[in-house]
Amino acid sequence: MSQLDELYREVILDHYRNPRKRGSLKGPHVHAEGNNPSCGDEFALDVAVEDGLIIDAAMQGQGCSISQASGSMMMDAIVGKSIDEARDLTHKFKVMMTIVDGDSPVDPERPGAVLGDLEALQGVRRFPVRIKCADLAWTTLSEALDRATDGDR
Amino acid sequence: MSDLRSLRADFPILSREVNGHKLVYLDSAATTQKPVSVLDAMDRYYRNSNANVHRGAHTLSNEATEMYEGARVKVASFIGAQAAQTVFTRGTTTAINHIAYGWGLDHLGEGDRILVTIAEHHANLVPWQIIARHTGAELVYLELTDDYTVDTSDLEAVLDERVKVVAFSGMSNVTGALGPIDVLGKAARSVGALIVLDAAQLVPHSPVDVTEVDVDFMAFSAHKMLGPTGIGALWGKAERLEEMEPTEGGGEMINMVERQTSTWAPVPHKFEAGTPPIAEAVGFAAAVDYLTAVGMENIALHEQELTTYALERLSEIPDLKVYGPKDVTHRGGTVSFELADIHPHDIATILDQDGIAVRAGHHCARPLMKYLDVPATARASFYLYNVPEEVDLLVDSLMNARRIFGIA
Ligand SMILES: Cc1ncc(COP(=O)(O)O)c(C=O)c1O
Repeated sequence: MSQLDELYREVILDHYRNPRKRGSLKGPHVHAEGNNPSCGDEFALDVAVEDGLIIDAAMQGQGCSISQASGSMMMDAIVGKSIDEARDLTHKFKVMMTIVDGDSPVDPERPGAVLGDLEALQGVRRFPVRIKCADLAWTTLSEALDRATDGDR
Repeated sequence: MSDLRSLRADFPILSREVNGHKLVYLDSAATTQKPVSVLDAMDRYYRNSNANVHRGAHTLSNEATEMYEGARVKVASFIGAQAAQTVFTRGTTTAINHIAYGWGLDHLGEGDRILVTIAEHHANLVPWQIIARHTGAELVYLELTDDYTVDTSDLEAVLDERVKVVAFSGMSNVTGALGPIDVLGKAARSVGALIVLDAAQLVPHSPVDVTEVDVDFMAFSAHKMLGPTGIGALWGKAERLEEMEPTEGGGEMINMVERQTSTWAPVPHKFEAGTPPIAEAVGFAAAVDYLTAVGMENIALHEQELTTYALERLSEIPDLKVYGPKDVTHRGGTVSFELADIHPHDIATILDQDGIAVRAGHHCARPLMKYLDVPATARASFYLYNVPEEVDLLVDSLMNARRIFGIA
């Protein structure tokens, strides 16, 4: 596969064209927004948290395939998880993408076993300027989760 | 096609490879590549004449001063101006900030209006927004016609004595549309407004003579016309520059400094506080020499031919939409476009794999993106060193982008 085909895996294009959980939440939720001013990617999300559990989430915004697919996959991945699990997932994702240091959580023998569809985003690492596109949703999520836990205190 | 092809050899960077392909540089609206003569001039300055200017009697300082002031004369005459009315700045952005702060703060007040167009670069919007906040003035926008040129049909509706400044670009860095210099100039004069021309994309691409266009201030950047980054010019009518306050204080810009107050050096030096970008001025002059030798008429013609060809070839690509005038006499060689549902950022990545450099994003013109109702655009921009084969490579690569995104 060429580097480009590696980058634009079918699953990524599918999430880009059919983002999961696009919209906004009606009930109580926290909201966070992020953007990359240099390229114009915008991402926002609503997260509904109950007893430390993410019971629902919805995303808004616009941007390139990588930023939107990353957000859409994130939506799939976090609903039903506890805040701690979502934070752990965020960390694993950032390590996989070489955004933060650490040993790769991905098992090359068993593709998809650890991070599911998100592992398809590994192709982005070859394109350093695009890593921040993949990161946007996760940074925005961290902000939302911080906000959700702030309210508890 | 007018043949400037042999000039390519003057630009060392054009022979490098990017991602295994020969570089196809289509991002000159962001910044241009530099010919050897510019690089050499700056190198020679540092090797032989480096010293601070206007400071002391030694030989090197004298040489550096002559080179710096000589550069001013060259840049001034390139736009038909006098050196005394040509201020070196850090670039277009700094030049417009000088005008906004130095002129705007003193001359604008509550209820006054600054007339701009929706196509402006942030450099010609944000300084005015800041001054508006300080003074109580407001920005009023002209919008665009169906052909992406500035719509002046409703000018009467927004034009009255409240308009104190009319600020607009000579050529849009997004749509490539030429600005209606004559119409807006006449309109501004009829209400006594100041005329500010953002010529960042105009001066590099066509002959401009300040004695032939009726504006009060004009700003442009060296790096968009084969020169180095870090320098540009602000030209102003003598009486306007006189009434404008300096926005930066320090060395070089003073006449006499007392404990509590100071007096300013004459224009243009009163706007050049601190050690100026001397090597950059030398490079700027070398760039102007280069452009003059090629001939601005020839460059304009070359770009018009290339743009005609590009628009024709791009129209062969299904689902491709150009955001800019179709009539090449209303535009320059900056072509913004959108391709199917492929985000511009993805287009830029795919093209880059073929060694093709284009810009993707909002091009420092977010209000325009909102107005066009697009998140961003991809932009290919041409200059004297581009050739039709590069347009062909662009088209091939865009077809590949369609394939990668699964568009038949
Ligand atoms: C139309 C226009 N105005 C202003 C600017 C700002 O120029 P600079 O960044 O050199 O100050 C640019 C460059 O991006 C431009 O294209």
